[in-house]
Amino acid sequence: MLRDEDRIFTNLYGTQDWGLTGARSRGDWDGTKAILEKGPDAIVDEIKASGLRGRGGAGFPTGLKWSFMPKESDGKPTYLVVNADEGEPGTCKDREMMRHDPHKLVEGCLVAGFAMRASAAYIYIRGEFHLEGNRLDAAVREAYDAGLLGPNACGSGYAFDVFVHRGAGAYICGEETALIESLEGKKGQPRLKPPFPAGVGVWGRPTTVNNVESIAVAPTIMRRGAGWFAGLGRENNTGTKVFCISGHVETPCNVEEEMSIPLRELIEKHAGGVRGGWNNLLAVIPGGSSVPMIPKSVCDDVLMDFDALRDVKSGLGTAAVIVMDKSTDLVRAIARLAKFYTHESCGQCTPCREGTGWMWRVMERLVTGEADVAEIDMLLEVSYQIEGHTICALGDAAAWPIQGLMRHFRPEVEARIMERKNKQPAAA
Amino acid sequence: MKRVPAPPEQQPDTFAFTPENLALAEQHVAKYPSRRQASAVMPLLDLAQRQHSNWLPRAAMDAVAEMLQMPRIRVYEVATFYSMYNLAPVGENLVQVCTTTPCWLRGSDDVVGACKAKLGIEFGETTADGKFTLIEVECLGACVNAPMMQINDDYYEDLTAETAGAVLEALAKGEKPKVGPQNGRHASEPAGGPTTLHAYTGDA
Amino acid sequence: MPTLTIDGQEITVEANTTVLQACEELGVEIPRFCYHDRLSIAGNCRMCLVEMEKSPKPIASCAMPVGEGMVIHTNSPVAEKARKGAMEFLLINHPLDCPICDQGGECDLQDQAVAYGRGGSRFDEHKRAVKDKYLGPLIATTMTRCIHCTRCIRFATEIAGVEELGATYRGEETEIGTYIEAALTSELSGNLVDVCPVGALTNQAYAFSARPWELRKTESVDVHDAVGSNIRIDCRGAEVMRILPRLHEDINEEWLSDRSRYAVDGLALQRLDQPYVRVDGKLKPASWEAAFAAIRARLDGMGAARGERIAAIAGDMADVESMLALKELFTALGSANLDCRQDGAKIGGKHRGGYLFNSTIAGIEDADALLLVGCNPRWEATMINARIRKRWLAGGFPIGVIGGVAGAGDELTYNYDYLGDGPAALADIADGSHHFTATLAAAERPMIVLGSGALARDDGAALLDLARRIAQDTGMISADWNGFNVLHRAASRVGGLDLGFLPGESGRDVAGILDGAGKGEIDLVWLLGADEIEMAALGQAFVVYQGHHGDAGAHRADVILPGAAYTEKDATWVNTEGRAQIGRRAAFPPGDAREDWAILRAFSAVVEQPLPYDNLQQLRQHMVTEVPSAGAIDVIAAADMGDFGVAGKVGAEPFASPVDDYYLANAICRASAVMAECSRLYTGTGGAGQAAGTTSADG
Repeated sequence: MLRDEDRIFTNLYGTQDWGLTGARSRGDWDGTKAILEKGPDAIVDEIKASGLRGRGGAGFPTGLKWSFMPKESDGKPTYLVVNADEGEPGTCKDREMMRHDPHKLVEGCLVAGFAMRASAAYIYIRGEFHLEGNRLDAAVREAYDAGLLGPNACGSGYAFDVFVHRGAGAYICGEETALIESLEGKKGQPRLKPPFPAGVGVWGRPTTVNNVESIAVAPTIMRRGAGWFAGLGRENNTGTKVFCISGHVETPCNVEEEMSIPLRELIEKHAGGVRGGWNNLLAVIPGGSSVPMIPKSVCDDVLMDFDALRDVKSGLGTAAVIVMDKSTDLVRAIARLAKFYTHESCGQCTPCREGTGWMWRVMERLVTGEADVAEIDMLLEVSYQIEGHTICALGDAAAWPIQGLMRHFRPEVEARIMERKNKQPAAA
Repeated sequence: MKRVPAPPEQQPDTFAFTPENLALAEQHVAKYPSRRQASAVMPLLDLAQRQHSNWLPRAAMDAVAEMLQMPRIRVYEVATFYSMYNLAPVGENLVQVCTTTPCWLRGSDDVVGACKAKLGIEFGETTADGKFTLIEVECLGACVNAPMMQINDDYYEDLTAETAGAVLEALAKGEKPKVGPQNGRHASEPAGGPTTLHAYTGDA
Repeated sequence: MPTLTIDGQEITVEANTTVLQACEELGVEIPRFCYHDRLSIAGNCRMCLVEMEKSPKPIASCAMPVGEGMVIHTNSPVAEKARKGAMEFLLINHPLDCPICDQGGECDLQDQAVAYGRGGSRFDEHKRAVKDKYLGPLIATTMTRCIHCTRCIRFATEIAGVEELGATYRGEETEIGTYIEAALTSELSGNLVDVCPVGALTNQAYAFSARPWELRKTESVDVHDAVGSNIRIDCRGAEVMRILPRLHEDINEEWLSDRSRYAVDGLALQRLDQPYVRVDGKLKPASWEAAFAAIRARLDGMGAARGERIAAIAGDMADVESMLALKELFTALGSANLDCRQDGAKIGGKHRGGYLFNSTIAGIEDADALLLVGCNPRWEATMINARIRKRWLAGGFPIGVIGGVAGAGDELTYNYDYLGDGPAALADIADGSHHFTATLAAAERPMIVLGSGALARDDGAALLDLARRIAQDTGMISADWNGFNVLHRAASRVGGLDLGFLPGESGRDVAGILDGAGKGEIDLVWLLGADEIEMAALGQAFVVYQGHHGDAGAHRADVILPGAAYTEKDATWVNTEGRAQIGRRAAFPPGDAREDWAILRAFSAVVEQPLPYDNLQQLRQHMVTEVPSAGAIDVIAAADMGDFGVAGKVGAEPFASPVDDYYLANAICRASAVMAECSRLYTGTGGAGQAAGTTSADG
């Protein structure tokens, strides 16, 4: 188990002062100027060396992403945009960081923004997080008042602004280009890529979009060194990670743990174990609703990291572990996710707009068994027709849970159809 | 469920920000680069909604469009795209119960049932006294505190049928129930106390 | 110049090409719905997905720029699966009822479903219901058919310049419309029907009236303004069912003004289909012989001074052939009282450059500054306005406006600097005291556009002189650029000026003719489709009206000679650029009506002055000799400039807006019920449009 002194989010549960004084007592804003004095390239190199991979779901190496930003200024602004539009079902970690440790994020904005030579950061927080948004606003104000942000941030001579922008209810704005569109005052509809945000981002300027956690851990990595971070977890899956454990566990919780912790250990150490014991486990969605579920047999020894979960045809995603015990109607659990994706499809491109609703409706019939067995194959085919064919990854996210269900539990789905058929009087 | 705009007879003819809100609106606009004032459309619509009994009449959209020099249709697109803009009047308390899988796994059906029973309305309806509107909502990002509901700006978490009912009852009486977990938890730590951070939580 | 491989064939293309365009260059067909080469790229329909080696997913070929060494497969299993999938998704919520859809037979979705779709549907759920939208009187909507390609939104936003269409809500609830159920305020709205790839937006006026395979298609030119938009006239039997734009890159591209498209019903209403002669104050049907005899009797009574006592005025839609025939007839009758300028514009003469749109329409895209004087291109020459907007969108195109619009504001579809409302501002620019002079002088290819709001007034010649001097002084005219432009509104005008349908020596112009008629000095006035003059001013003159509609001229006439509308004759028109184009007969004129040149030829024999041509071919040959510019079809030659205009004092009166009502600009429009409805809706006037009988000359 990760030692407490290796935890970054030491006020994850909000038992201490969230404000600047409290943050300073936890080591935040300590020697920030010295970090900046290392220079942008040194910071990027340090983050690269730490092995930090994006905490928003895709797991792209963070330092590498920062390095895509232009090194030479054309005199016009470039931006860091923080994706705080947390909305992936199962995921609720950024909320805790923002309401209990907002200065980690604000300081991270300065460090990361400086490293990528950005002129300002916009934190895009989902609108429903009203109180969290207020906290962030207050923390940013504190930072300005203390001279940590502004024209001479931390006395470094570097001018840097941080703004908080609130969303208004759209999961799709968690997609980086949809988020950029939304920040520009439009509907959150993803953009075609290329061009990528590092070339053409918000207001047409080079932009990097990072998850809250990716940014919030950066100052600590800079203070403790890349080696410390890289020494945690496994190769290519380094550092600490805040996991969200929800569903059928005794004590659902958020917890910061070492990357690559075994799933079973994570659940049993921190979430009180599966309700009714490990053997009562049916399946786990290990990385937020978008990743395919894994059955108990896989859960028994899988590690919680990018590569291990990819190897079992799932993914670490946002590290939101949704636990389902043997009482769970898995078909209904996935049908509900299908409804979620239908509701959250932006409607821009054909496969997602039309396909998510189609899959959801078929799933609803599968819940009651009101379907033909052949429709399972059709449903899978529809999911493959969506997957990889949409402008953004929401199509994939809608397809994968259904594919995961059928991969591991198809006999159960078929049995339900047959059961219903057998109950019906024979057709004339 | 599609948000249907209020019929013409419910729509006010005009809308204008109060002087206080106008000042706030200008602060929002100032956050964005010059000529990028359209970026302020979401905060301004939110401001307008808060000023107007928590729903957004067309006149308010038009006023925002004018203030930000945007074509009206672009504002209508935004107002209809994002689920937090209420296009028709809602009750004093907008009760949004999350039913997405993580909440469902932990009993959101019971919470929904309790809310419907307590308020005597279905999803999408408003109580006769105008105090409550009940709607189903997608994941609100508090999954380890499931099941949960949001009422106006506040999250009520770790609900049961009983505690959800109690929250509604308190609101009906004009009281201000405690926000957050309703089962004694502080935040997202494991129930019964954290397994980590003992040095910090003072919880050895 | 990257080289890529498409389906095994190598091709080298320009760097900014997309994969789809590269495929087209190779003749490899890529199906698409949302992509339209004149609109921004949306990439939303996903029909154009192709396989790109080394990419984990198929790519949208419409949006992907080509890259060196790309290897593209358009018919691989990966591409086929993507395409078939997109096709199926587009159809699941689309009604499969092509036989009752107005788009049936000319529908991209139908065609591509046949080519790329499945044999049958496996969608077992309820189809989506979508409320139809109101977009105004010109466009019918069936929104269940909408495939959300957003072409209409992009057209309205980008080309038409009216940001009124959008996609509201989201996901499967996305709806295309105005949200507020208001008519689109665009004069280009008919093009939405053309860009819509399915039957969601269809032509309201043509709704369920014909199937494409029943129609006879005739390629012709439009005469509702002086742009010369290329059109296709679709007829069933003798009836014109609809008019569509026809591609001409240098004129209208592939768009068409609403008036040109939607006044079609006016072609069948208020028609003059037989000769009339006024007897005892009432117009009575007559034979051609009787009508001609009545005119001859009038001429015979005039004696030796006959030439001075007769006059002819050509209307705004007259073709070159009939104007030439009328001119030659009147010359033979000894008259120099001819004019083709109903509005009294002070233009014409030997310097052709003084009355043409010399920059050319396509040339607007090369210009880098613009001054509009006394004109409103949006209503006078909609397609030219669209071209100005296109140029403006590209950036670096300052536009100054003097008069012609209501004032500063957003009346045009681009931003402009309102410099003043009348001659004073123009004079300031001419003498260099106005800031816009510097803007023009700094530009490499500046333009000035002079409209009839400035030219059709007493000081018009002096204003023309001022404008010419501005053009010369700010470097608008050089070896490879001519920025001096006159914007005409009448399709007949340049042809008329070219052939000299103007007062001869000591002849009278329109004002002189009306003055003479009022004073009894003019006894006979021949109106060739001229309806826009003040009929009351004709006094006691004997009026011959040769034309096709029972409009103002016919009501005033003593003899009516029924002619052919533009859709009913083979004839030549010269547009505002000086470009001659041939219109083709799509249908025969109704009843006893005849082509106009033939009427004049027949009458010339009645008065024993036979014109020297017996058929259209002979007339054309003669015309080319007399008016070479009319024979150079679709060619623009650099025009002679010279010192046109007359130096003199200019008045103080503001330049009037030259168009009262775009929808009621001519006799065809005024007969159209559709145009009357538009007028009521958009300009609040309504005008005289009636849907009553086909012949009501007697009124």
